[in-house]
Amino acid sequence: MSLETEFYFPSLGLYWIIIVLMMIGFYIVIAHGNLVKKIVGLNVFQVSVFLLFITMGKVLGGTAPILKEGVSTYSNPLPHVLILTAIVVGVATTALGLALVVRVREAFGTVEEDDICALENDA
Amino acid sequence: MIAQHLPILQVVLPLLAAPICMFIRHPRVVWMWAFVTAWLCLPMSVGLLLKVLEQGTIVYNLGGWAAPWGIEYRIDILNSFVLIIVSMIGAIVLPFARRSVEREIPQKRIYLFYTMLLLCLAGLLGMTITGDAFNLFVFLEISSLSTYVLISFGKDRRALTAAYRYLIVGTIGATFYIIGVGLLYMATGSLNIADLAVLIPNIGGNRTVQSGMAFLIIGLALKAALFPMHMWLPNAYTYAPSVVSIFLSATATKVAVYAFIRVVFSIFGDVNILEILPVRNMLMVLAIAAMVIGSAAALYQTDVRRLFAYSSIAQIGYIILGISFDSVTGVTAGVVHLFNHALMKGGLFMVLGLLAYQIGSTKIQDIAGLGERMPLTMAALVIGGLGLIGMPLTAGFISKWYLIQAAIDIGLWPIAFIIVLSSILTVVYVWRIVEVIYFHRPVNPINDIDRAPISMVAPMWILIGATIFFGINTNATLEIAGAAAKALLAGGV
Amino acid sequence: MTAESSILIAIILPLFAVPMLVMSSSRPNQRERITLVTAAVTFFVIGSLFDDVASGARPTLTLGELLPSLSITFTLEPLGMLFAGIASSLWIVTTIYAIGYMRGHHEQNQTRFFVCFAIAISSAIGIAFSGNLLTFFIFYEVLTLSTFPLVTHSGTESAKRAGRVYLGILIGTSIVFLLTAIVWTYNVTNTLDFTEGGIFGENVSVGVMATLLPLYIFGIGKAAVMPFHRWLPAAMVAPTPVSALLHAVAVVKAGVFGVLKVTIYIFGIDNLVALGSSAWIQYLAAATILVASLVALSRDNLKARLAYSTVSQLSYIVLASLLGSALGTLGGAMHIAMHAFGKITLFFCAGAIMVASHKTEISQMRGLGRKMPITFFCFLIGSLSIIGLPPFGGVWSKWYLLLGAADINEVIFILILMISSLLNVAYLIPIVIRGFYNENLEIDQEYPSKTHYTENRRLLDPGDAVANNVWRVRGFHEAPATCIGALSFTALGCVVLFFYADTLFRFLHPIVSGGAP
Repeated sequence: MSLETEFYFPSLGLYWIIIVLMMIGFYIVIAHGNLVKKIVGLNVFQVSVFLLFITMGKVLGGTAPILKEGVSTYSNPLPHVLILTAIVVGVATTALGLALVVRVREAFGTVEEDDICALENDA
Repeated sequence: MIAQHLPILQVVLPLLAAPICMFIRHPRVVWMWAFVTAWLCLPMSVGLLLKVLEQGTIVYNLGGWAAPWGIEYRIDILNSFVLIIVSMIGAIVLPFARRSVEREIPQKRIYLFYTMLLLCLAGLLGMTITGDAFNLFVFLEISSLSTYVLISFGKDRRALTAAYRYLIVGTIGATFYIIGVGLLYMATGSLNIADLAVLIPNIGGNRTVQSGMAFLIIGLALKAALFPMHMWLPNAYTYAPSVVSIFLSATATKVAVYAFIRVVFSIFGDVNILEILPVRNMLMVLAIAAMVIGSAAALYQTDVRRLFAYSSIAQIGYIILGISFDSVTGVTAGVVHLFNHALMKGGLFMVLGLLAYQIGSTKIQDIAGLGERMPLTMAALVIGGLGLIGMPLTAGFISKWYLIQAAIDIGLWPIAFIIVLSSILTVVYVWRIVEVIYFHRPVNPINDIDRAPISMVAPMWILIGATIFFGINTNATLEIAGAAAKALLAGGV
Repeated sequence: MTAESSILIAIILPLFAVPMLVMSSSRPNQRERITLVTAAVTFFVIGSLFDDVASGARPTLTLGELLPSLSITFTLEPLGMLFAGIASSLWIVTTIYAIGYMRGHHEQNQTRFFVCFAIAISSAIGIAFSGNLLTFFIFYEVLTLSTFPLVTHSGTESAKRAGRVYLGILIGTSIVFLLTAIVWTYNVTNTLDFTEGGIFGENVSVGVMATLLPLYIFGIGKAAVMPFHRWLPAAMVAPTPVSALLHAVAVVKAGVFGVLKVTIYIFGIDNLVALGSSAWIQYLAAATILVASLVALSRDNLKARLAYSTVSQLSYIVLASLLGSALGTLGGAMHIAMHAFGKITLFFCAGAIMVASHKTEISQMRGLGRKMPITFFCFLIGSLSIIGLPPFGGVWSKWYLLLGAADINEVIFILILMISSLLNVAYLIPIVIRGFYNENLEIDQEYPSKTHYTENRRLLDPGDAVANNVWRVRGFHEAPATCIGALSFTALGCVVLFFYADTLFRFLHPIVSGGAP
C-alpha cells in the first residue's frame, strides 16, 4: 500500500474543502474593510485555486512524476508546473498589493476602507 | 529568419526591453528606448497581419515543442487585427508620453513608469497572440500587474486606492479565469485553445465544462469591465496619469474583449455555447444595461475624464452586444467597434491629456469657455464626441450601422431601438461638454495656458484624424473584421 | 466640364471658401466678397446642369464605397435640381442681405457665421444631389451640425436653450427613426438607391412598409411634422439671415425634399395608397397645417409667427407627398419653390424691420409701414404668395395640391386647405394692415389723422417698450440698401414664379411620370 492511496481523500470531499476555502477567501475580500486583511483574503482565495489544480494532477496509484524503474503510473506533472507559475503571480500580486497599502497608509493615514472613503469624498 | 520568428519577437521585444529600462534610468534615454521599442512593435504587427492575410493562420511553436504540449502562438485575422490596435496605440502614445509624463510624474520615477508601460504592452500583445489558455493567464497577469502600478503613478492620492481596488477586482477576475481554465483542463486534458475547440464538442454538455465556461466568461468580463463588473474602471481612468488613461482605454479593455471573443467563439465555437446555456441572452441584457446605464452615469459626471470613462463602459456594451448577436454582421460590428472605439477613446483621452498638461485640470467647470482660447484642441474634442455619437463620416457611424443592421437582421428590432436611444444619451453627454466649452464663461479664468508641444498635439490629431479617416475609408477595417467574424462563426480556430 | 464633375464642384466649392474665409477674418469686405463670388460661381455651376436634367439626362457620380455595396452617390434629377437651384440662388441673395443685416445689427463672430453658412449650403446641395439614402443621411446630419453654431450664434442663455431643442429634436429623430428606417430598408431591399417607382419589391410585406413610412416621416425631423416641430420656432433665435435662408429654405426644404424623395423614389407613389399608415400620417400632416396656423395666429413675435407659418406650410408638402396622386406630388414639389421665395421675403422683411427699428413684436409695428414702405410692400407680396393669390407663385402649388386632393376624392383635405388659406390671411394680412394703417383708436384720437402728415410729430406707442424711439412720419427709415435690394428681389421672384410656373411644372413632371417630358 503506497503512501498516496492511504492518504487519498475522496475527491468530492476535497472539492468541498476547496470550495469552502474559496468562499472564505472571497468573503474576506468583499466584507473586510481593512486593506491588509483584504489581501489576506485574496491569498486564501488564490490558494484554494492552487489546491484545485494540484488535486486534478493526481492520478490514482501514480507516484511523483520522476522517471524511475518499475513504476508505470505517474501523477500528471503539468498542473504542478502551472501552479508554480500561478504562485509566482500570486506572490507578485500580494507584494504589489501590500506596497500599495503602504502608500495608501502614507497618503491617507489609515488602512480602513470606510475612513478612506470618507477622506476621498472630502477631497 | 526574422520573418519566421516574428510571432515570438512581437512579445519578447517589449518584454526584454522593459527590464533594460531599469538599468538605463535616465528619463530621456529611457523614453527614447521605450519609443524605439514601441515603434519596432508596430511594423511587426503590420508584418504579421499582412502575412496572415496572404497565407492564412500562422502557427508558431514555442521552443519547437508541438502543441498541445508545447505553447503555441496562433495568429489569425482576428488577433493580428487586435495586435495592430495595441501596437499602433502604443506607438502613437509614446511620442505623446514624453512631455506629459515629465509633467505628471516625478523625475526619478520616470524610468519605472516606462518599464511598466513596456511590460503592459508586452502583456497585452502576449494575451492577444498566444494560442494557449494558460499562457493567456500569464500575460493577463503581466499586463494587469503593470497596469496597477501604472495607475498608482497618478498624482492624486485617490490613484492609489483606485489601483488597489483594481488590483483586488482584477485578481479575482484573473483567478476566476484560471479556475475556468482548470475546469476545462480537468475535462479535456488540454490547455491549447485550438485543441480545446476540438475536444469540447466530444464531451458535450458536461457540467465541468459548463461551469468552466461560466468562470472564464465572468473572469474576462471583469477585465473587460462589462456591466455590472465595471466598478473599477471609472476611478482607474480618472486618477491614472494621462498617458495611462489613453493607453488603457484604447487597449486594455479591448484585449480583454478579444480574449472574451476567443473563449466564446473559439473554445466553445463548435458547441455553440451561446445557445446551450442562456449566455447569449445574458450577454445581451448586460450589454444593453451597460449601454444605457454607462451613458446615463456619464451624464452626471463633473470630471470629463470620468465622463469618458463611463462612456467607455457604455461602448464596451456596444461591442459585447454585437458579439452576443452571434451572427456575422453582429460580430463584424463588435470587432469593428473594437478598433473604432480604440481610435476614438484614445483620441479623446489624448485631448484630455493635453488639457491636463495645458491647464492642469479636466474638470468640467475648468474647461468652460475654452472653445475660444483653444479652438483646435476643443474641435478635436468635438470630433471625437461626434464619433462616439456615431455621426456619419466618423468611425463610430460604421460600427453603429452594422450593429443596428445586425439587430434588425435577426429580427430583434426593439434592440435596434435601444441602440439608437442610447446614442441619444451619448448626444446628451457629449453636448453637455460642447455647451460648456463654447457657451459658459470660465469660473476661474485661467490666465496662462501652457503652449501645447507638437509632440502631444500631433499624436492627438493622428487619432482624431483616424476616426474620420476610418469613417470614410472603411474598406480595410470592414474587410478584416468581416473576415474575422466569418472565421469565428465557422467554428473552431 | 462634364456634368459629373460639375456635381462635385457644386458641393465642394462652398467648402473651398471656408479656409479663405477663416484667413480673411479680420477683413470683412474681403470675407463678404469671397462669399459672394463663391455663391455666384456655385449658382452658375448648378445652373449649367439645368439643361442636362431638363433634357432627361440623369448624370451620376459615385465617390466610392462607405460601406460594402453602399457608396456615396450623387444623382441629378429634377427635384434635386430644383432644390439645389433654389438653395444656391437664394444663397447669393441672402449673402447680400446678410452683409447689411450683420453690420447693421453689429453681430459678433461674423466669420464663424459665414463659414457655417457655407458649410450648410454645401450640405444642402449635397442633400439635393444625393443619389441614395445613405448620402442623404450623411449630408442631412452635416446640415444639422453646421447650422447649430448659427442657431446659437448670439451665445446667450436663450440661444443655448434653443440650440438644445434644435439639436435634440433634429439629431434625436434622425438617429432614432431615420437611421433605423434606413438600415431596415437596406436590410429588406439590399439597396438604398433612389429609384423611379420605389425600391420595395413584391417580397416586402405591406406591414414592413407601413411601419417604415412613419419612421421616415418622423425621422426626417426637418420636415417639422407635429409633434416634432418645436425645433423650428426655437431656431428663430438665430440672426435673421439664418432664419431666412436656412429655416425658411435650406434646412426645412431639405426636410420636405427628403420626404418627397422617400415617397417618390423609395416607396413609389403608387405603393403609398395601399399602406394603412399613410392615411393617419396624412391626417397628422393635415392637423399640423391647421394647428400650426392657429398657433401662428396667437404669436406676437413676428419671427415666431413666421416660424409656425413655415411649420404649417411644410405640412402642405408632406401631405402632398402622401396623397399618392401625381398632380398632388407635383404640387408639393412646386410648393418647395413657391414657399421658398414667399417665406424668405417675409423673413427678410422681419429682419429689415429689426435692423431699422429694433422691433420684433407685431403689436409694436403700428404705422411702421409708412416709415418702411418698401419693406411692408414686399411683405404684402410675400404674404399674398403664401396665401396663394394670383398673380403670385403660391397660387399654382396650391392649385395642384387641391387637384391632387380632388384626384383621390378626399374632400376633407380640400376643406382643410381652404381653411388653412383663410388662416394664412388671418395671421399675415393684419401685420401689413397694422403697418400701413394706424388702427389704435387712442392714438388716433390723440393725434387726428392729419397729424400723420405733419413733420416732426412724435407718435408714441403706449405698449411699446422702446417708446422713446422717435421717428419721423415722413422721413423714411428703411433698413440698409443691401437688405432692401435682397427682399425686393425675392418679392419679384414671387411674381416671376407665377408666370413661369408652367416651365417649372414641365421640368418637374418626369419625377412622377418617369423619363423625359
